[in-house]
Formats: sequence, structure tokens, C-alpha cells
Amino acid sequence: MNGSAYASLLELTSGLVLVCAVVTMWRRSLPAVVKALSLQGVALGAAALILGVHQHDVVLIAVACLVLAAKGLLIPTLLGRIVAGDPSSREATPVVNVPASLVISAALTFLAYGAAEPVVRLIPTTAGRLVPLGFATLLIGFFSMVVRRKAVSQIVGLLLVDNGIALVAFLATAGVPLLIELGASLDVLLAVGVLRVLASRIGSKFGAFDLDQLRELHD
Amino acid sequence: MLALAALVAPLAAGMLAAVVPWRRWVGWVCTATLGVVLACGIDLAVQVVHHSAVTAFGGVLRVDALSAFMVIVIGAVGFLAAWQSVRYLDAEISDGRCGRRQASLYGVLVQGFIAAMLLAVVAGNVGVMWVAVEATTIITTFLVGHRRTRGSLEASWKYIAICSVGIALAFLGTVLVYLAALHVGHHLPANLDWTSLMAASHHLDPGVMRLAMALLVLGYGTKVGLAPMHSWLPDAHSQAPAPVSALMSGVLLTVAFYALLRFKAVADGALGIGFTRDLLVVIGLLSLAVAASLMLSQHDYKRMLAYSSMEHMGLIALGAAAGTRLAIAAVLLHILGHGLVKGVLFLTSGEVLRTEGTSEIAQVKSLLVRRPALGGLFAVGLVALLGLPPFSLFVSELNMVRAETTVGLGWAAALSLLCMAVIFAAMMSHGRRLLLGASDGERVHRTPAMVTAPLVSALAACAVIGVLAWPLASLLRAAAQVVAI
Repeated sequence: MNGSAYASLLELTSGLVLVCAVVTMWRRSLPAVVKALSLQGVALGAAALILGVHQHDVVLIAVACLVLAAKGLLIPTLLGRIVAGDPSSREATPVVNVPASLVISAALTFLAYGAAEPVVRLIPTTAGRLVPLGFATLLIGFFSMVVRRKAVSQIVGLLLVDNGIALVAFLATAGVPLLIELGASLDVLLAVGVLRVLASRIGSKFGAFDLDQLRELHD
Repeated sequence: MLALAALVAPLAAGMLAAVVPWRRWVGWVCTATLGVVLACGIDLAVQVVHHSAVTAFGGVLRVDALSAFMVIVIGAVGFLAAWQSVRYLDAEISDGRCGRRQASLYGVLVQGFIAAMLLAVVAGNVGVMWVAVEATTIITTFLVGHRRTRGSLEASWKYIAICSVGIALAFLGTVLVYLAALHVGHHLPANLDWTSLMAASHHLDPGVMRLAMALLVLGYGTKVGLAPMHSWLPDAHSQAPAPVSALMSGVLLTVAFYALLRFKAVADGALGIGFTRDLLVVIGLLSLAVAASLMLSQHDYKRMLAYSSMEHMGLIALGAAAGTRLAIAAVLLHILGHGLVKGVLFLTSGEVLRTEGTSEIAQVKSLLVRRPALGGLFAVGLVALLGLPPFSLFVSELNMVRAETTVGLGWAAALSLLCMAVIFAAMMSHGRRLLLGASDGERVHRTPAMVTAPLVSALAACAVIGVLAWPLASLLRAAAQVVAI
């Protein structure tokens, strides 16, 4: 693929990762949030695939396929099952309302550009310029974990954080060594699995998925 | 090879626990395994203390004096916890709270947890180290929720949600360190082996390393239980079964801190000592302040012990901030001393919880009169934990403060002493309510020697190390040399 097509495809997919993160802040219906997350996984995998093809890196292409399968398909399916088992699949009373969340997301994106400045300076390539998008996704995920009250929303926040980090890793270093990449992906998969099991156990004990129910332990 | 043996032993015991239905002897085999780990740790220490590091699998596993020391800490505290686990499971099964399958699961998870911690400290590659630390989070989540009460499920949710974010930040930090290593130039190998990072440390890009180190301190700091990402700690440590609390508080926190020590050495080369020192001072003092303020109003003795862990992690963060050889040696001694004493206290408190049926301080009175053995263990453990002589925590705290004053951190040492004074007063008052008071004629309960013997020996070992520094002096010197400035 030629240089400009590579650059614009990479910009498109990386941009899509951030857009999906913003969409999860915008929508309150959980099925829609899970769809946005699934699209984000696909965009992330596609970004890795484009990098791999551009750099003729077979390992990176393999990792990209793995990411597509795990983050585009497997994890959203797991989440979809939790959502389906939950009668009220809406974020009922967000701590911060939707317009404010979107403004904060924009502010976080600016912050991300500031924070990622040393990285952009070190790698003055197309991929390097896009690294702040990963940081922005990470920060939005963090924010979402703090303000959202549904168990599923918290898992979504964690996955946003993780996807943001994965995007940074692909863009900045063309993926960390394979062994560690595999370990990291497997860990996320396991963590989501564990959270799903916990969500169902909590659901059967507490009768609801809201984290506001978790009030037993405090000082 | 020995490092491998130490890793394989718990895995083998875990498999045994998985295939054989739970019986008491399986528990004893698991305990013996931890004895093997401890022996391997000591043997490794003897090998590396005067020579260079041992490696296996082309550097994936690498044991130097620091790693060997951590293997010893894991082996020692793990042995206590595994010993007490047999009794814990016996009691849970006979009370009908736990079936044999759940007991087997517990055995498998504890051994897997220990193997993951061992992998974290013997990994030569910081990426593998990260994977191992993350694995501990996933394994321990199920252990925290083992009793499946509302409280323990809530604690495990908070634990995995907060620690997963923390460990994700640590991963980003690791990625950025790798990025910096990729750009040092053609003459150095770019990989995540700690030795190559150390060799290249002076050429790593400072801007990227600053960002990386901030993320690593925040990320691994979450697992260490340092403020501001500490809120999981009191919940998880108070809700987990006692032997698991002992392992989590006694070793898991410090295994995460070990990762920070490794990265600190790399960052010191790239950035000079100032940057990481400032981060650690701020985060350490903040943790001490939070621990002190929440200790005052505590009414639950397990949560009290959990906040005390936060206090001690704050102290070792300050010690590591000083970073001199004396400071690091004191930090390592503190890691061992805290591990043993906190292990003993959590195991004792588990026994108290089982016999008294409550973890409220106010509802347990005159423990020293009614259960002299348990009360005595708790009292002596408290004395050791508060840093009174002859226990090793006194020596390590004294030396950390000394080291801090020599590098111009006297003000931080003074603030830490202030927080420690508050905590001292609070824990003394809680301890007094828990232990003293006249008994209302209830009969005196005896505690079997099987329970008390290992705990008494652990406290005795802590005192011997505190008085003689034997047999650890040369190992501590060698281990401190590895990461000191």
C-alpha cells in the first residue's frame, strides 16, 4: 500500500478508536455501549493490521487477527450476555450527565495531547502523531469507570483503558514482544471473565447490578 | 535450575490439589512445598550473594541477590499461610460453609498465587514480571471472594476493578520504557530484559521515561496499596480468608513494590535520582497520612491491620525514595519483618474471628485473659508491628529514617514520624480494648500448639534478626547493591 493510503487508513482507524470511546460516554443504553465497544475492538485490530502490512511484520499481523477476534468479537459477546441478563439495561442515574461527560471527554483529549508530547517528539512518524488518541481513550475509560454506576459500565471503562493502551503500544512500538502481548491480551480476557462471574454472583446475592448496592464495606 | 525448582514446586502441589479430592494431607503437602520454596530461596541466596546472578532460559529467569531475598520472603510467609490454611479449611468444611470442591479450588488458587509471585521476582524480563503481577490479581480475586458473602463479593469486585486499571497503567509504563529502549541507538539490544535496560539506562529518552515512571509508580503503586489508588486494600484484606490476607498483606504488596524498585533503578540512570524520589516521597507521605487518619476511627481489627499495611508501604516508599544502600537494605529488612509480623497478626486474627465470631473490636474483650495464647500472639505481634525493639521492624525503621536524613529528606522523615505517632496511639488504644479487661468468669480457652507454634517461631525469627542481623547481613548488603543509587 502506498504512503498516503497507509497514513489516511491509520488515521481513520485510530480516530475511530477514540470516537467509539466518546460514543460510550454519549449513549446511556447499555446494548448501544457494548456495540460501540465492539466497533472499537475492530478498529483497534484494523489499526494493528495496517501497521503490520505496512511494516511487513508477520507477527504483528497475527497479533492483529488475535485482537480482532478477542476485542471485536469475544469480549463484546461476553458483555452482551451480562446485559441481556439485566432487566434495566440503561445507565439510570449517571453521576455526571451526558453533556457534561462529553465536555469532559473533550478536555481529556486535550490533556492527552499534552501528556503524550514526549512520545510524539521521540517518534516523528504518522504512527507517532496518532499516539495521543490512545492516551485520550485511556483517560476517557478512566473517567467512565469513576462516574458510571452500572457493573457493565465499569467493565466497559476498563476495556476502554485497555484498548487505549493497546493502541499506544501498537502505534509507538509496533507492539511489544509477542510473549508479553499474548500475556497481556490473555490477562484482559481473564479479567473480563472474572468480572462477569462476579457480576452474576453479585446479581444473585444482591438482586441488582448497580454498584450503588456495594455499600457494605466502608469506614 | 533452583529458581525453576522453586517455581515448579507450587505448581506441582497445585495440580495435586486439583486432581485429588481435598484431604488434610493434601494441605500438608502444599505446606511442605512452601518449605521447599524457602529452602530454594536460601540456597539461591548462598549462590548469588558473592557471585553474579544465575540465569535460565536465555535470561527469561534471572536471580540476583534481590530476587533471592524476595524468594525467601515469599517462602517464609507462604509457609505460615499454607500451614494455617489446613486449619482454616478444616474449620470451614466442618462448619458446612465450604464443600470439598471449594476447598480443592482454594488449594489450587493459593499455590497458583504463590507461583505467580515467585515468577514475578525471578523474571529477568520486566514484561514477564508484569504478566506475573497481573496474574496474581486475577487469581487472588477468587480467593478474596472465597466465602461468597456479600462483603467478600463486594471486596473482590472493587479489588479486581481498581487493580486491573492500576496494572493496565503499569503496562503502559512498561510499553513506554520499551519505546525508549527502541530509540537508544544501534549499539544496544532493544528488549525488556532488566539487565539490558540497566545497561542502556543513561541513553533512554528522559521525556518518555518521566511519563513512563509516573505511570509505573501510579500503576504498581495501586497494587502496593499506596494512595491515591488504595481504596481496594482495606476491603480486600479484611474480607479475604485469614491465610490469604496474610499472603496479600505480607508479600503481595511488597512483590509489587519490588517491581517498582527494579524500574526505579532504570529511571535513576535515565533521569537522575530526583524525579522518582519526588514521586515516591509524595505518594509515601500521602499513604501515611491516609492510613493515620483512617486508623483513628477503626472499629474492625482486620481493617485496622489492613490500614497498618498501608502505613508500612508508605514507609518503604519513603525509604526507597532515599535510595542509598543503607536505605534499600533497611527497606528490604522491613519487607521481611513486615511480612512475617503482618502474616502472624492476620493469621491470629483469623483464629480470633473464627472463635469469637466477630471482627468488631468492641465485641471482643479481655482476649488476653480468655484466650491467653491468641491474645499473647496478638499483643506481641502488635508490639513488633509498632516498631518497638527487639523486633527487626525497629531496626529497619530506624535505618530508613537515618538514611532519609542523610539525603536531605529529614523533613519527610519528620512527617512520617508524626504519622507513625498517631498510628501508634490509635493502635495501642484499639489493642487495649481488644486484649485487656477483666473476664466475666468465663473459662479460659486453650489454643492448640499446632496453631501457635509456627506463629511463635515467626515472631522469634523476627526478634533474632532484629537483634543480631544474622544471618541476613551479607545478603541484604548484596541485594541493596543491586538497585541502590
